[in-house]
Amino acid sequence: MRPQNSNDDSPLLEARGVSKYFGAVTALRDVDLQLWPGEVLGVVGDNGAGKSTLMKVLSGLYPPSKGSLHFDGNEVQFHSPRDARDLGIEMVYQDLALAGNMNIAENIYLGREPKRKVLGGLISLFDHKKGLQMAKDHLDNLKIQVKSVEQKVEELSGGQRQAVAIARSIAFQARVVIMDEPTAALAIKEVGKVLDMIVGLKDRGISVVIISHRMDDIFYVCDRVMALYHGANFSESHLKDTSRSEVIGWIMGTKENVRELAHDRVK
Amino acid sequence: MTESSNHEMNNEVPWHVRMIPFFDRYGILIVIVVMCLVLWAMQPEVFLSWRNISNIFKQTAANGMLSIGMFLVILTAGIDLSVGSVLALGMMTLAVSNASGVPWPIVLCLSPFMGMLAGFVNGVGITKLRMPHPFIMTLGMLFMARGLANLISGGVPYSGLPDPVRFLGSAQIYLGEFDGTRYNLPIVFLFTIFVYLVFWILLEHTVFGRRVYAIGGNPEAARVSGINVDQTLIIVYTICGFMAGVAGLIMAGRTNSGFPNAGQGMELEAIAAVIIGGASFFGGRGQVLGIFGGVLIMGLIRNGLNLNDVSTFWQQILIGGIIVLAVFIDVLRRDWGTRS
Ligand SMILES: Nc1ncnc2c1ncn2[C@@H]1O[C@H](COP(=O)(O)OP(=O)(O)O)[C@@H](O)[C@H]1O
Ligand SMILES: [Mg+2]
Repeated sequence: MRPQNSNDDSPLLEARGVSKYFGAVTALRDVDLQLWPGEVLGVVGDNGAGKSTLMKVLSGLYPPSKGSLHFDGNEVQFHSPRDARDLGIEMVYQDLALAGNMNIAENIYLGREPKRKVLGGLISLFDHKKGLQMAKDHLDNLKIQVKSVEQKVEELSGGQRQAVAIARSIAFQARVVIMDEPTAALAIKEVGKVLDMIVGLKDRGISVVIISHRMDDIFYVCDRVMALYHGANFSESHLKDTSRSEVIGWIMGTKENVRELAHDRVK
Repeated sequence: MTESSNHEMNNEVPWHVRMIPFFDRYGILIVIVVMCLVLWAMQPEVFLSWRNISNIFKQTAANGMLSIGMFLVILTAGIDLSVGSVLALGMMTLAVSNASGVPWPIVLCLSPFMGMLAGFVNGVGITKLRMPHPFIMTLGMLFMARGLANLISGGVPYSGLPDPVRFLGSAQIYLGEFDGTRYNLPIVFLFTIFVYLVFWILLEHTVFGRRVYAIGGNPEAARVSGINVDQTLIIVYTICGFMAGVAGLIMAGRTNSGFPNAGQGMELEAIAAVIIGGASFFGGRGQVLGIFGGVLIMGLIRNGLNLNDVSTFWQQILIGGIIVLAVFIDVLRRDWGTRS
């Protein structure tokens, strides 16, 4: 489903007929997903619907059992998250995937450390100074406030950790950022900041996929929303053509108007 | 408003919590100094004699090698139970090959090489054979290496090694004579300092070292960051085995022999030194300098107990108690530190 005001003729990232099996479990069945340049796509679905699995396929953590991935119109195969990262596809994991025992700067550059070669390139040293400076500039640039980039991540609040995880995802020319329930574990007052960061990504021209259970998140940041149900595509829509109760209905696997049901659910 | 509440919060932090950073930094040093003072008070003649001090260095060197390798493994939240046996395997390979006429430059390298090989097998087993825990693989290696050491030697000790092979474990630098005492500095002491310096650079300043800490902190995070966790672990266990082989070379040099039951129980002493030195069994925590302190403390305990004629039975009981105490202190520290 192409954005109405877009003149791109192919999606930036696309999954075609992706299935994923874990032994006897079918986590995804023939799922299609398109992400267009500069859009924020919301993915919803009940627990176990396969949302996280689909994101892990898109970010190279799991190879699809069937189907294909396309980036910029070309078919691609990811053997590891590194392959996806090389193309500019970054993922912010549900559990954040940060190392609590290390400082903010080291977490931001984990796996892509600034290096300093010594002894004629024989040994590559971690360039602490450069890492700290780069991290500081990067966080300033994103208006993320922390006491010091040398602070250990385990000392941060949930919102600060989420901010570090997001900062980490766009530290290197990211084109797509995939976020798995970025607001689920946050205190209410921290949710707004994270959502604003996501809007900030869109303003930078980065495409975003966001999984969320919170309709407030979806209707605040997304351009489009798609629903998975029991591991398959269920429905999708531009945001302005749908409503909260309709989307909640999709999550529960019904396409009827479920205002009452939704109300029950909230209670 | 915020300022005053901050102020209140600071007042609420009890003194023992505010002391944590201080003790993290200087705790081990304080323990070492106190131990030295106590031992000195108990044995003023002997303890601070140069002969005794250089003895401590010589006796702790092998444990120092095992401990720093063990530290690397424990940083990744792993464990290597095989280092004592691997030490023996290295030592016996060295002694047997020497007895059968292999030239000394090769003999010299054989112990570290066998150690490296055993460590590599451990690493491959843990990652590629997907052993459920490093405990299993290295427990297997504990038996296999000990068995091999006995097999190649027929279970008997070999003695008599050429000087170049003994160099690392027994050579001394003559410093001079003052007041009728001859001062010799064991080479192995300088070597230990050198090794710890290398490990410090490796862990604090190389990309590899930082990744070892990251794997210990959160292996999933390391993996999704594109770090090759398996490869890193294989290198870590290989280095640990290598250090056990070096310990075998040192012990062979010091005793001028190879004996197949060498190093028995030393894996536990190395683990004790690492834990006393402030590393965490959960991985990702600890510093090279702390481990050095842990090794010294273990050495001082042994030395002090020997000087005071405490029986080995009591020594075992005491060391066991100290290990439990060290970990309990770590538990308290963590409790106080994470108080919200
Ligand atoms: N690594 C895995 N191994 C086995 N089954 C898995 C694995 N990951 C997910 N699943 C299964 O796949 C289904 C979809 O899970 P998931 O993608 O986590 O759902 P969601 O994120 O939508 O809650 C679930 O039934 C889950 O149990
Ligand atoms: Mg999920």
